[in-house]
Amino acid sequence: MSTAVIRAEGLGKRYRRGMAETRGTLRDALTNFARAPLAALRRPKQEVFWALKDVSLEVRDGEVLGLIGRNGAGKTTLLKILSRITRPTTGWGEIRGRVRSLLEVGTGFHGELSGRENTYLSGSILGMSKREIDRKFDEIVAFAEIEKFIDTPVKHYSSGMYVRLAFAVAAHLEPEILLVDEVLAVGDINFQKKCLGKMGEVARGGRTIVLVSHQMNAMRRMCHRVVWIDDGQVRQNGNTHEVVNVYEAAMSKDGEAPLGSRVGDHSRGYFTGWEIIGPENTSPHLLDSVRPVTVRFTLKLPERIKRGKHGIALFNAERQLLWGWAAYELDLEAGLHDFIYRFPLLPLKPGIYTWNVSFWDREELIDWGDLTPEFHVAIPSFQHSLDVWSGLLNLPSEFTVHSRSTALTSRPSG
Amino acid sequence: MSMRIEPPRGLFNLHLGELWAYRELLYFFVWRDVKVRYKQTLVGVLWVVIQPLMTMGVFTIFFGRLAKLPSEGLPYPVFYFTALVPWVYFATALANCTNTVVANQQMITKVYFPRLVLPLAAVCSGLLDFVIGLVVMITMALVFGIHVTATVMLLPLFLILALLTALGVGLWTSALNALYRDVASIIPFSIQFWMLASPVAYPSSLVPARWRWLYGLNPMAGVIDGFRWALTGHGQPPSAQMVASTAMVAVVLVGGLFFFQRIEGTVADRV
Repeated sequence: MSTAVIRAEGLGKRYRRGMAETRGTLRDALTNFARAPLAALRRPKQEVFWALKDVSLEVRDGEVLGLIGRNGAGKTTLLKILSRITRPTTGWGEIRGRVRSLLEVGTGFHGELSGRENTYLSGSILGMSKREIDRKFDEIVAFAEIEKFIDTPVKHYSSGMYVRLAFAVAAHLEPEILLVDEVLAVGDINFQKKCLGKMGEVARGGRTIVLVSHQMNAMRRMCHRVVWIDDGQVRQNGNTHEVVNVYEAAMSKDGEAPLGSRVGDHSRGYFTGWEIIGPENTSPHLLDSVRPVTVRFTLKLPERIKRGKHGIALFNAERQLLWGWAAYELDLEAGLHDFIYRFPLLPLKPGIYTWNVSFWDREELIDWGDLTPEFHVAIPSFQHSLDVWSGLLNLPSEFTVHSRSTALTSRPSG
Repeated sequence: MSMRIEPPRGLFNLHLGELWAYRELLYFFVWRDVKVRYKQTLVGVLWVVIQPLMTMGVFTIFFGRLAKLPSEGLPYPVFYFTALVPWVYFATALANCTNTVVANQQMITKVYFPRLVLPLAAVCSGLLDFVIGLVVMITMALVFGIHVTATVMLLPLFLILALLTALGVGLWTSALNALYRDVASIIPFSIQFWMLASPVAYPSSLVPARWRWLYGLNPMAGVIDGFRWALTGHGQPPSAQMVASTAMVAVVLVGGLFFFQRIEGTVADRV
């Protein structure tokens, strides 16, 4: 049984509403004092709100803990308190070990300085010693893939290069406890993968990590345990898959279906939405077991279209196309039309997916784009536990061993 | 290694040991300020010398040649330059220190380090400029045929007093500036007033005797007189006034540390 390296009891953080936006001026403070010198000395009666209320938690040595919750729920505030950027209003906590926090990529970078100089500066601000940076310098530069530009001022970098260098510095921190906030959502897809890989390496290296992210796939892969923070309080704390599934189900219930960023001549028709139908189904946008799935896409047409064309695609959260298909020569009257797809099996990894649909009148685009809400998949994972071997498909399989000859089984095959 | 997270409390809780652990960061902040300052200027290091030299020229013409203010028997250029080197250091350090928390607010809200590192770095980053000025100052004294004696060894003491004065006041102003941005507007002309209240453009012997005690409370008066005296042997040697002004600095500095650490814990929310 490993010991708790982070313990927090009843942490609370009170903010005065609008404290960050409307800063008091000295004049206000002085006039307030002049008007009512005694009141100014007492605690100001301003509208207050609690960004965090009575949060207690424990993180054990080597554990990877995920913090999830919607924007403004208090995840970042909790992380800021644990990393000592700000102090709590109530409660206390205790941390054993060298803590480093990554709340943004590129903390302390200065545009006038070169990549080399910024590596030292940012590394030092994040808590590395000069000797440590000396030792890892080549590795950092290689990871960022910017060898040729290391002596160029970073203000001349492309945003991609900037982010790569900044992340490379951060990725080479070697704390005992690492607190990370959503920094994974940076850079191009390939670099993101590299970063996730590096984080995974760190996590497997036995370090304690507290991670805030909205990428549920990443959370599922990396976290041993997840805490769901809602409205400043711990709503659920437990097994990663359990908590993430409940969270995703709750989120997809709240979803609405606006036209969003779809393109086309919407006066001639559009998709009103999509849902999973069938008696076994519990939630219209969530798939939580392996079974045949029927999905309905509804198209609304104010007028008849004789030679319609329909396309469909399924993307994952990394925007990889998983499947695409099209239908031609559709003759549809004015009114509502249900396009029904029946899948005997959807072998998808747990995570968030997007249906991308289109409808055309011959070559003329009527509606095309991503449908909301997103498609949440909460099937248990049937994949290899190592990322590199987990693959794209979440195929359930039955595995048995039938031994037929004792003579053969003792011989390894070439 | 274990540390506690708790609400801000206690009157004096400086964690000086932790500050020591972050000494490399102090070095890097100073290094950054120096690098950035020299990076984009055409003549780079020359600016450090040009600015006080120009001021010296203006003072020599207007206060010296036209107003004919006394100069303790020193050539005007030497008289003014010996005051301008410590003064420019002090004024720059105080101005930088006032802005440092606000200027680094992005960092403050994203990563932890003892916030005290920032004002410390702000008053240290001018030291290189100061040393360059000092070299010019000593060269100038030799060119003007001034006999430099062993008292020149006392210069570091006056420098330390100037540094602590800038830090003491800067701790107050940097913290106040984080809470009330007006401070950023008040400080520049306050520094100008302060210069008039210090013997930069005139000798302190012009101050009437009955006001000397008040004048002596200004630590920079002691610093500037001390510089002149230590380098040239002319002017006012350090007197009992120095004790008073040093005590004054100690009070401001301790108060500043106290005030700064009061806001340190929550400055990330308020800056």
